[in-house]
Amino acid sequence: MTAAMVESGRVPDLDPHRAFTVPEQVERVLPNGLTVLAIARRTVPLVELRLRVPFADVDRASGAVLAQTLFRGTKSRSNREFAATLQAVGGAIGAGVDPDRLQISGNALSTGLDTLLELLAEAINEAAYAGQEVMTERARLANRIKVALSQPSHLVRSALLERVYGSHPYAVQTPSGDDVEAVEPEHLRELHARRLHPGGATLVLVGDFDPDTVLDQVAEHFAGWRGAGPATELLPPPPLEPGPLLIVNRPGAVQSSLRLALPAVARSHPDNAPLQLANLIFGGYFSSRWVENIREDKGYTYGPHSMIDHSVAGSKLMLSADVATDVTAPALMETFYELGRIATLAPDPAEIDQARQFALGTLVLGMSTQSGLAGLASGLAGAGLRMNYLVEHAGRLSAATVDEVHRAAQQYLAPAGAVGVVLGDAERIERHVAAISAIKVRP
Amino acid sequence: MILLQRPGDEVVDRHTSAPTRIRIPHTSYHIERFVLGNGLRVVLNPDHNAPVVGVAVVYDVGIRSEPAGRTGFAHLFEHLMFQGSRNLEKLAHFRYVQGSGGTFNGSTHLDYTDYFETVPSNALERMLFLEADRMRSPLMTAENLRNQIDVVKEEIRLNVLNRPYGGFPWLRLPPILFDTFPNVHDGYGSFEDLEAAVVHDAADFFQRYYACGNTVLCVSGDFDVEQARLMVERHFGDVPARPAPPQRGFGEPDLTGPRHVSYVDRLAPVPAVAAAWRVPDPVADFAEYLPYVVLGEVLTDGDASRLVERLILKDRSATSVGGYVGFMGDPFDVRDPTALVIQAHLPHGGSVEDVLATIDEELAWVATGEVTDEELARTQARIVANLLRSTDTVVGRAVRMAVLELQRSDPTLINELPGLIADVTAQDVRTAAAMLRPQRRASVEVVPGKTGGTR
Repeated sequence: MTAAMVESGRVPDLDPHRAFTVPEQVERVLPNGLTVLAIARRTVPLVELRLRVPFADVDRASGAVLAQTLFRGTKSRSNREFAATLQAVGGAIGAGVDPDRLQISGNALSTGLDTLLELLAEAINEAAYAGQEVMTERARLANRIKVALSQPSHLVRSALLERVYGSHPYAVQTPSGDDVEAVEPEHLRELHARRLHPGGATLVLVGDFDPDTVLDQVAEHFAGWRGAGPATELLPPPPLEPGPLLIVNRPGAVQSSLRLALPAVARSHPDNAPLQLANLIFGGYFSSRWVENIREDKGYTYGPHSMIDHSVAGSKLMLSADVATDVTAPALMETFYELGRIATLAPDPAEIDQARQFALGTLVLGMSTQSGLAGLASGLAGAGLRMNYLVEHAGRLSAATVDEVHRAAQQYLAPAGAVGVVLGDAERIERHVAAISAIKVRP
Repeated sequence: MILLQRPGDEVVDRHTSAPTRIRIPHTSYHIERFVLGNGLRVVLNPDHNAPVVGVAVVYDVGIRSEPAGRTGFAHLFEHLMFQGSRNLEKLAHFRYVQGSGGTFNGSTHLDYTDYFETVPSNALERMLFLEADRMRSPLMTAENLRNQIDVVKEEIRLNVLNRPYGGFPWLRLPPILFDTFPNVHDGYGSFEDLEAAVVHDAADFFQRYYACGNTVLCVSGDFDVEQARLMVERHFGDVPARPAPPQRGFGEPDLTGPRHVSYVDRLAPVPAVAAAWRVPDPVADFAEYLPYVVLGEVLTDGDASRLVERLILKDRSATSVGGYVGFMGDPFDVRDPTALVIQAHLPHGGSVEDVLATIDEELAWVATGEVTDEELARTQARIVANLLRSTDTVVGRAVRMAVLELQRSDPTLINELPGLIADVTAQDVRTAAAMLRPQRRASVEVVPGKTGGTR
């Protein structure tokens, strides 16, 4: 009798799992080298577009201004005409850069797909980089950088990247405002011609369409995209060099921003699945030891999290927590304690199963929307992988043993291997933090 | 063909490059509604496109219902709802959701509070159990209250106190536009009020507002309607019936003259400004309200919009501009009174006065000049695309449908919204713009307190 279940207060069991499957992906490489992937997903009458172009070893300032100006007019259309034509099909498009790539994201009503493709191809083939637009966009960007420099999240990230990556290009990801203001249209045209090439680029389309028809449309619009050059690859970053905890002074800060970096491995590495589970158990989701400790037990922080960042040249595990100034040292102590605990004692099988269910479930959730699918497919393609990787990864998550997870934790989560930065009011935290770690203070 | 001459502008022909109007699509979500014996309203939206379900429980209480002396309490209470219930000890809720492969959250709004999960579809019944258990009897202890007061204070430090432009403009504008406590007070709460909260307050709040009759449950995604109906009855059927408290209006008179306040943000490096004008009742006068939603986008969506073109690209007096209805950015989840908000960040040394004057000028131009079919059509297309995108997630859809049921007794409005937005006419938009006069405007200015160095 079903009512008895409610009275007894027993939490219902899960219904049987469905087999994990990934949607069908149609792929074509155009004669110019552009790889195109299309996935039909007819949930809403929209399309999502992602284009990744390798962009390693590009000047930060020029790259950033290019991303802001790429869609501000072409030889055939003014900025306003371009924007109006795109908006008329319910569309939007934008670009961003990081040390590995230029990433273009767009979406539109599905009946506007052809217009969206036409505009993207037009910008790629003949972006104008008109003087007026470049002046406006570089000034806006310089202004945004000024605002970013007053945000603790940005300041602490910059300090950590510098500390972690040293002289590697990953160390500095945001250009200075002055460098941005000095970017001229000819720099952008030159960079565009030199690096915006179809070879090595991946275009992902997801939405309410027939994938084969879409590939034909893409082939037609992008046939004229020319240009080639040697692939630029970054050297792997140097290994982490643990040392004193760096305190970056921010006088008057009411919180301290704690950031720690630990080693990690690429998606294709055999340790990746067990490490993902170890990270979840430590601090990678809400039901983790670290969150339950410093938030739900101690109330030191609102949203601590720990995640694995897969960049092209190397992966890292990054911890982040913003804590009240007065509890900076205790929060660090608990963080080192939890890292030490998972690195030295085998996790409980039940903890592993819970993390495993979460990892498998969120794979399903991540593929349930058009934009989620597009982001996943594009991210994997950037690492040279396809959607079937997820099936294999799900298999590895399912198969990971207590021993493998424990070994991954010992190897990658050991606090002795951590590199750390704390942004906060040095005068108020320095003495306390020095009690639990060697420190170095940057005034 | 209409030629327009704007002051100081070259002749612009807004029609020559005009594409033909795109057909505005709409959704045909299947929706079932019923009410349990205890008064709980239920909305079911089966959709088998992906093996996931979204569960949303929406209570008809938000920031505006907080008692005086307890600012921030609706949000604090939302945190307490995750701290255990009759059959679930502290931490159990999180572990059951995530251990089922799902994600969860809750959020506190001006007029409602929502709790929601997205899970693989084999976990639906478990989610219904979890939600029913805390609807029946959440566990409110002094220890958990103390812990969550600390957590909420860190949330406020993170989002408001330790960053530039914290709470701008959603916490900064209402005290200027409104006069009564429910509308003006800080929804995050003062530390003093948060610290003063006791378990008894929580028990009272629960008793009054977290009643079945004040609540909507919505399930969206991959399930069988009849099975889901049985599960809902099984788990929620015996939640004790309590009627909704009397619906209280928060209306107050419109401004009789302009109001402007400026404040120094010690962390902000450049100026910013936001302005707000009252709009018609979003529920009672929906037809009059909708043109303001469209107007906000006509003014600010994309490089071909009025204010982006003028302030950012032509005058360069602003570096970013946004326009929207509802202080928290969603025009379809608020009750009266609410507002159309325009906000802008300025370059270093920029003049807020000039930006406000330009906004007034552009609004007057929309009101007395011409909104072209082309301009209107492309704006409507983009609004609809954004709307459809937000409901592509099962949980986004479940929350939307639940709120429409809660505030309008009409979750099927989700399918009609695209058409209603497309039906707004140029004249409707002009009429709306004509109401956004400087005399009805409340504005707030951020004076940068940080100069020079970056660290």
